[in-house]
Amino acid sequence: MSGYATPAFAFTPNLLPIAGAVVQQSQTLPLHSDEHVVMLRKVVRERAIELQFGLVDQTKLVTAASEIARNTLKYGGGGEVRLQNLMIGLKAGICLTFVDDGPGIVDMERALTDGFTSGGGLGLGLGGARRLVDDFEICTAPGEGTAVILIKWKR
Amino acid sequence: MERIPILRMGKLLLVTIQVDMHDRLAMTLQDDLTDRIVKDEAKGVLIDISALDLVDSFIGRMISNTAAMARVLDATTVVVGMQPAVAITLVELGLTLTGVKTALNVEKGVALLEKSMRR
Repeated sequence: MSGYATPAFAFTPNLLPIAGAVVQQSQTLPLHSDEHVVMLRKVVRERAIELQFGLVDQTKLVTAASEIARNTLKYGGGGEVRLQNLMIGLKAGICLTFVDDGPGIVDMERALTDGFTSGGGLGLGLGGARRLVDDFEICTAPGEGTAVILIKWKR
Repeated sequence: MERIPILRMGKLLLVTIQVDMHDRLAMTLQDDLTDRIVKDEAKGVLIDISALDLVDSFIGRMISNTAAMARVLDATTVVVGMQPAVAITLVELGLTLTGVKTALNVEKGVALLEKSMRR
């Protein structure tokens, strides 16, 4: 699918989406360039349409995905994202797991604060993305990497 | 290299963004627009984002910065055609595009620019 070798992540987060959820259509995409971010936005949009998300929820999820993908690229030095559809009973959702083997996040509280940035941006990426999805989780180890999980449920 | 076209109409510059912009493309547009404002002595810039189904913090920042740069170069910027779902998402994200003039469509945007140029 891409010319990149699967990164050998030193950092393997032990994070499962949600207890009791059935995982369907798992897919992994690389995140090594701007074009990959655009591709991810397109694929996430298609999945959200397939699950009949409303237009606002589609837009929120795609925007959150774009923010976190940029972080993976910019701060994590690239990585990959796993896309999964989740089912709990009749409830459907989309789970995105972003993993990089970059430097990790040292001060999580500050990283999540609006307006704080270490990279010259606006500092809205993490905190903003958290507001746009239903479930948000970060797992990070300094020097080893970062994993960010986003879940949006169909309303 | 991929570029977003900028059209000149009198003292106005018109940009219609019709592709899903990656970050480099957004930065190129910002550079091109500021160059053209000076070269064409433009007084107004109209950015039509009606075809954009996503404005994230990077694109939002590009729009804000472009408007600020245009202001310093004596031109007014109006952003038109934002989709409602994009507006909802943008504000929830924490971006309110303070200082950026907006209009619902191109017609209203041009009217706003012409009004601001008459002053």
